[in-house]
Amino acid sequence: MRGHRAGVKTGIMPNLLEVKNLKKYYPVERGVFKETAGYVKALDGVSFTIGEKETLGLVGESGCGKTTCGRLVANLLKPTSGEVLFDEEDIFDLRGKQLKSFRKNAQIVFQDPYSSLNPRQKIFNIVAEPIKIHGLYPAKEIKNRVEELLKLVGLSPELAKGYPHQLSGGQRQRIGLARALALNPRLIVADEPISSLDISIQAQIINLMLDLQDKYSLSYLFISHDLGIVKHVAHRVAVMYLGKIVELADTDTLYAKPLHPYTKMLLDSVPKIKTKVTPPTVEKPATETLAGRQNEGCAFYSRCPRSISRCKEMDPLLEPKGEKHYACCWNPE
Amino acid sequence: MWQRFSSNKLALSGMVVIAFLVIIAIFAPRVVTHDPTEQNIADYLQGPSAKHYLGTDDLGRDVFSRIVYGTRISLSVGFIAVGIAVFIGVFLGAFAGFYGGWIDSLIMRFVDIMFCFPTFFLILMIIAVLGPNIYNVMAVIGLTSWPGIARLVRGEILSVKEREFVYAAKAIGASDLRIIFRHILPNALAPVLVTATLGIADAILVESGLSFLGLGVQPPMASWGNILTTGKDYIEHAWWLTLFPGLAILITILSYNLVGEGIREVIDPKQ
Repeated sequence: MRGHRAGVKTGIMPNLLEVKNLKKYYPVERGVFKETAGYVKALDGVSFTIGEKETLGLVGESGCGKTTCGRLVANLLKPTSGEVLFDEEDIFDLRGKQLKSFRKNAQIVFQDPYSSLNPRQKIFNIVAEPIKIHGLYPAKEIKNRVEELLKLVGLSPELAKGYPHQLSGGQRQRIGLARALALNPRLIVADEPISSLDISIQAQIINLMLDLQDKYSLSYLFISHDLGIVKHVAHRVAVMYLGKIVELADTDTLYAKPLHPYTKMLLDSVPKIKTKVTPPTVEKPATETLAGRQNEGCAFYSRCPRSISRCKEMDPLLEPKGEKHYACCWNPE
Repeated sequence: MWQRFSSNKLALSGMVVIAFLVIIAIFAPRVVTHDPTEQNIADYLQGPSAKHYLGTDDLGRDVFSRIVYGTRISLSVGFIAVGIAVFIGVFLGAFAGFYGGWIDSLIMRFVDIMFCFPTFFLILMIIAVLGPNIYNVMAVIGLTSWPGIARLVRGEILSVKEREFVYAAKAIGASDLRIIFRHILPNALAPVLVTATLGIADAILVESGLSFLGLGVQPPMASWGNILTTGKDYIEHAWWLTLFPGLAILITILSYNLVGEGIREVIDPKQ
């Protein structure tokens, strides 16, 4: 388990990435003239940091804005407001050479290995393209570098001649990793990198990612809905609910002592092997979605078993509740 | 892909016919039995015979040789006109779909305006102004038939550009042009192939129509359309003048349509 080292490592490390009050609203347009009828708040004021060589796990149910957050951090979308500082520079202000240098340093690995590789490109070209774009190696050495990268992710260099459709899901995900590693990045946004793979392959990819982290001092933003895996890879964990971070803490702390009722609910829902069968906790059904969310009060109010009257009136803020332990709740556990 | 296409017997026979026509067009001078423009008044309006396989016209010219040379006109008009249309349509559609916003609105409203004109009358008018010759016909057909392709390409681009490999290309620092031409377009062009194939058939029909009206290929140069024009004056006594160029048009259009439908079936993901 990685969690043990978390307390020692974080805090000392300088921040590689700092996300400040990041918001992404999608306008909902109605009618012929496309009046804006409202906004879907995919990301509503998210802040966190990632240190050098650190893995931050970002968990939450589907549709809570995790993927949007990952794509903003990789500068693939423009935010409605807020900043993402990489090496203390706002990535959304970068142009030309500086933007290219950011792209070299921050890479992304996608959820669906069947959609993340161009079906009309050969594997060799997929892995070689970033090297060519950034001119990292002279033309003669590109072939060697591609073979080296394929070996690094545990694939046979022979595969370079083929097309993505000839590979299995796990092999494709390794190609996705090789493409990201081709630029020697410092940060990799891993957007549910294993959720579409078989269990046995999941472990291989995770272990590969951990090895690569040690070898190349990588930082990960590890997005997942699988709490078990996040516990294994992350130093710190942020829990998202409807576009907001509701709890953020060191991995060990969060799993041992969750403060936010939503985090607790998530942890309780992880299947465990039990000796004694206990009745499951009664969960209120989700009535709110990102699209239909009301503005006042806590977003989690309607599902929360610990709600008090204040929760309906005022939205809580993410505040420190313990040492390096932040929660966004009026009535934490 | 090819296996599925070739298992469709109709599409395959269409392709064989087109290949055959292309060969005839290329080797026209060797295929013909007479000079297509040579007049022989003594032999005028003769029916099909061993000397004139498909008869002669009112000036005693060999209809078989004229139809063979007409193949060159029809095929080249089809290819070049559709080539122009695909080039313009793919470019404008790709930029509209990729950039969205006001670029998209501008291009697509222009497409809408183009769709408002009855194309054939627009072509007639332009040809009447520019003067009838084969190059004007190719250019004008090409310049009026791109909007459908632009609309199609835009739609394809909109669906492909949200796929993750396009985000991946952006993340590795690929330029917009590289993303459009290397990553998006190769995955969006299959339906264009279908439209282009069907478009060749349309272009050939339009050219025949224009030549029939005297606004396309000018005599003495032979085209299927202008053989038909002569034919209509003698349709009561010289049926071969109408039947054979008409059949040539029919078979060619049918072949292109069969091939187009065949490709459509192959690339249809629902099958």
